[in-house]
Amino acid sequence: MDPIALHYDVSGTDFTCAGEASGKIKKALKELGFPTSITRNVAIAVYEGEINMVIHGGGGVIDAEITPECISITLTDQGPGIPDVSLAMQEGYSTAPDNVRQLGFGAGMGLPNIKKYTDEMVIETEVGKGTTIKLKVFVK
Amino acid sequence: MTVDKLQEILGLTYLCGEESAPQKQIDGCYCGDLLSWVMSRAEAGNIWLTVMGNINSIGVAVLADISCIILTENAALDDDARKRAEENEVVIFTTDKNAYTMAAEISKII
Ligand SMILES: Nc1ncnc2c1ncn2[C@@H]1O[C@H](COP(=O)(O)OP(=O)(O)OP(=O)(O)O)[C@@H](O)[C@H]1O
Ligand SMILES: [Mg+2]
Repeated sequence: MDPIALHYDVSGTDFTCAGEASGKIKKALKELGFPTSITRNVAIAVYEGEINMVIHGGGGVIDAEITPECISITLTDQGPGIPDVSLAMQEGYSTAPDNVRQLGFGAGMGLPNIKKYTDEMVIETEVGKGTTIKLKVFVK
Repeated sequence: MTVDKLQEILGLTYLCGEESAPQKQIDGCYCGDLLSWVMSRAEAGNIWLTVMGNINSIGVAVLADISCIILTENAALDDDARKRAEENEVVIFTTDKNAYTMAAEISKII
């Protein structure tokens, strides 16, 4: 099959939409017949990236490329960037403001979750320019 | 065990999703209120005990394949969260019990 390409815009202000793109990607993978463990892993990773784009990145875009062997996701924002990636990758590190903590965010587990639930994770980020996160989940 | 059976045995009160309860298979239970922590540690099929009744909790439940949410200590379910839950066939219960008491009861039957 030819690779299937999906594209989603993520709002930078609307928390009630957050989870929409990851939900749609999960649904698409399910309909394509991927195993539930794969769809779940991808869904969790994309959700965390999507929420980060809303909370920290000012919104952005998500692109997915799906083949029978591999699901590749790219999340891109033009937000403030991440000054210290290895610090941001630590469990428990968070700069989430109080108002989003009250909603249950800010555990500092999002980026570690992405790592945990994907086979490849690459972060390209520049302070003042934005952040791109590339993920791959292989279908073994 | 399915979610409708759980409801019967524990006498839980539905907030939404009653129609899909017979199709939801339970496998274990998880307690927590920090969403990405739950995303990381909860397993597919878990019952999820939480006080977080906002729209983002529904996202977590859907994406992490949670079998049902029990809102403990009468925690409120937001209107937009209920709507999203209904759209996604998420089963939500309410209880006045706290997470400890509820989890202890659940552990006796699953
Ligand atoms: N897209 C992004 N743009 C700018 N900063 C980011 C971005 N994603 C993550 N960060 C930074 O990295 C930190 C850690 O991110 P991570 O997702 O692990 O935790 P969190 O979002 O703060 O909390 P949680 O995900 O547990 O709700 C964030 O607090 C933020 O400072
Ligand atoms: Mg995060």
